[in-house]
Amino acid sequence: MNRPTTPRDASHRGREALIHLENEDLMPLPEPLASPALDHSWPPLSDSCKAAYECGLDDTCAVNIPQPKSREEEDRLVAQFLSGLQKLFSRENNWTFLQPLLLTMEHCTGCQTCAEACHIFEASGRKELYRPTFRTEFLRRLYFKHVKHGGLLSAWQHGDLTLNWPLVARLIELAYRCNLCRRCAQACPIGCDNGLVARELRKLFSQEMGIAPREIHENGSMLQLKAGSSTGMNAEVVKDNIAFIDEDISERTGIEFHTPWDVEGADVLLIHNAGEIMAWPENPGAFGLILTLAGVNWTMSSELAAYDSINYGLWYDDAQFARVALKHVEAARNLGVKRIVLGECGHAHKALCVVADRMLTGELNIPRESSLPLLRDIVLSGKIKFDPSRNEFPVTLHDPCNMVRLMGVVEPQREILRVLCPQFREMEPHGVNNYCCGGGSGFAIMGGNNFPDWRFHVSGRKKLEQILNAFSDCLDAAIPKYVCAPCSNCKGQFRDMFAYYNLWKKNRLMYGGLAELIVNAMADVKPGFIEWEWH
Amino acid sequence: MTIAAYLSIYAGVVIFLAGCLRRILVYARAPLHLRWELYPVAHEDPGRAEHGGSYFESAGWWHKPQEFHRYREWMAMFQEIAFLKSLREFNPRLWVPSFLFHGGLYLWIASLILMLAATVPGVLTPELQIARISVALLPAAAWAGLAGELLVLAGALLLLVRRMTDVSLRNYTKAGDIFNLLFFIAAFAFLAAGSIIHGLNAASMGEIARGILRFDRGTEIGVVLGTGLILTSVLAAWIPFTHMSHFIAKYFTWHSVRWDDRRMERGSAMERKVAEYMNYHPTWAALHLASNGEKSWAEIVAAAPAQEAKK
Repeated sequence: MNRPTTPRDASHRGREALIHLENEDLMPLPEPLASPALDHSWPPLSDSCKAAYECGLDDTCAVNIPQPKSREEEDRLVAQFLSGLQKLFSRENNWTFLQPLLLTMEHCTGCQTCAEACHIFEASGRKELYRPTFRTEFLRRLYFKHVKHGGLLSAWQHGDLTLNWPLVARLIELAYRCNLCRRCAQACPIGCDNGLVARELRKLFSQEMGIAPREIHENGSMLQLKAGSSTGMNAEVVKDNIAFIDEDISERTGIEFHTPWDVEGADVLLIHNAGEIMAWPENPGAFGLILTLAGVNWTMSSELAAYDSINYGLWYDDAQFARVALKHVEAARNLGVKRIVLGECGHAHKALCVVADRMLTGELNIPRESSLPLLRDIVLSGKIKFDPSRNEFPVTLHDPCNMVRLMGVVEPQREILRVLCPQFREMEPHGVNNYCCGGGSGFAIMGGNNFPDWRFHVSGRKKLEQILNAFSDCLDAAIPKYVCAPCSNCKGQFRDMFAYYNLWKKNRLMYGGLAELIVNAMADVKPGFIEWEWH
Repeated sequence: MTIAAYLSIYAGVVIFLAGCLRRILVYARAPLHLRWELYPVAHEDPGRAEHGGSYFESAGWWHKPQEFHRYREWMAMFQEIAFLKSLREFNPRLWVPSFLFHGGLYLWIASLILMLAATVPGVLTPELQIARISVALLPAAAWAGLAGELLVLAGALLLLVRRMTDVSLRNYTKAGDIFNLLFFIAAFAFLAAGSIIHGLNAASMGEIARGILRFDRGTEIGVVLGTGLILTSVLAAWIPFTHMSHFIAKYFTWHSVRWDDRRMERGSAMERKVAEYMNYHPTWAALHLASNGEKSWAEIVAAAPAQEAKK
């Protein structure tokens, strides 16, 4: 079924996927991945997965929605969807995003400018299914029909659609084929926001139907609110791990330091993405060393959820989002710190500094800021002596969407790299016009079925092209190269995608954070902080 | 025909204005949403706006007052409205027909304003009827109007061709979209032909304008021009009920969403609004919210999730 997909196809009752992708269909990559034949083959979805879950969209399955056992169950689910649809457009239920959602529903002219900006649409070989307006078209038609109660005139004006369970099931999956990077919204001449539509659909499914990918709900925000972190670490474990990191980094750098915990009245409460502590311990270690050497009065908090900056609710659920944001600021309030500083995690930046701003009133309105300006000020202050020649290798910078296009933190990281990395080069385009890493909005942690294959082949493809182009003059394996990604989620995507394409072994392509580059260039630490070992 | 044209114009203007007002009120009265800005934000400090930066680039940003460089917003909006900047940048193939269409509309609206400027003073003060300014403005208005009508025609025709031939557009084009473009083509074709037949000189244009303003049944409006005026009036009445009212939306999508980086200040009106919203009682049904309309947003947020969400 590889003819151009139309919105009506989504109501089709068959179990087969609407589209199938082959490597030859996809946007070509530059060398060393230029030949589609050398690209990975796609493992098909298993028969057991197809038998158990709704997989009628494309070659993969992100949400694992159990297939209803009867037509009655289907009807009940459709009724739930309709109920959620009404709530999505009501003030009491959705004051949080009602205005931008209405504006997007009622004014799209169908010019398709958004599609030209979408990395997933382009990378897929311009498949209709992944066009930003495709999923929005469903919601718009259903909105005019079932919320505005439009009749024949409305159907003539806005299009009609048959609402049934296959459509809802496909829409659930389709809401998870968008990285929520909002590059499409940036391009729209009207200001419509298809990224918001994907996010609001996810919200409807979560808040009304209780449907969300396990990785971001049960194992994500729910676990964080219960145990303190989506990693499962409780306060004692995280303190142990940080103590181990302090010791290790002290040994590696030759400068001893200890992370302070629960210091009342500290200037800075630093909150990392706890995934860093588990997967990239050198990042929190580097932060600890930098802040200590710069004389910053800082602390970490062992309160529930306050040692993990993640807030997955940003991607799918307003209530979960607000609950986690509240935990973060309550910890800061309880300690009486002057400000919260967020470590290298893009969505945590956006969540706590920007989106939560209009939820945090009164004494909960504690200043919150990015760590990047703080790091920039430290690097440029002269408090620490640097030797940029220690970073004498090609470096490029990935702009996490949540920090850059969606928050406006663009220059601080560049000011650091220009000073400390002699071979720094930009990707094109960059800054607020960047492309998503392909792991945004939860994709980087969603590993069920063959979803990672889709993530590397499609959503990450444009970024991979950018990276390979940025290093096109030095792809030789003798030259180590560093993709600086000041975001845990993006690093997770790069780790998995580079491994998938074997780019470390073949081309010595490494990724890492910004703080690591800073410590690597410190003149007074032992050389070789960045170890150039795959992890 | 004259009376039919007059009545259509009066009704069209009233419905257009009422429809626009209603639409404006819907969006203006919508609750303050969570921050959802997109950078670059035009009113930022010029040094930061160039690269799309925000006040978050400064450590300790809360110690400094927030800056709003409004002239930068107006400049950005001018480029967006007058030259369709986003479209030219991101979708240049569609920019030419769209620019012709919108440019034609702007010119045509300017001609209406010129015509009003030339005739309203004379209607209000009859002894000024033959004022020199009217004699000078009316032909300019007539020619600008004709030029605008021809540009709209060309743009609408090209847009129609694009919608019919470009698969990516055709898949998302409804019958209503085709109808709207045909409506523009018909209305502006009749207007252009009618104004040529009627004459583009000061006397004839002034006569019609004054006739409309005074409901002067003695004015002779030909069939072609009359049809054009009726069609245009109906079109104007139709616009606020379609996505063609995006000129209203665009104000809100830019000023209230993309550029709305106003931060929460203690004791502010914004804080009071949010406090009101947090007292709303949502009815979302998923188990982890456990709302059922009995708990407020504030209570839901303060509580731990009730239990694992059900699939």
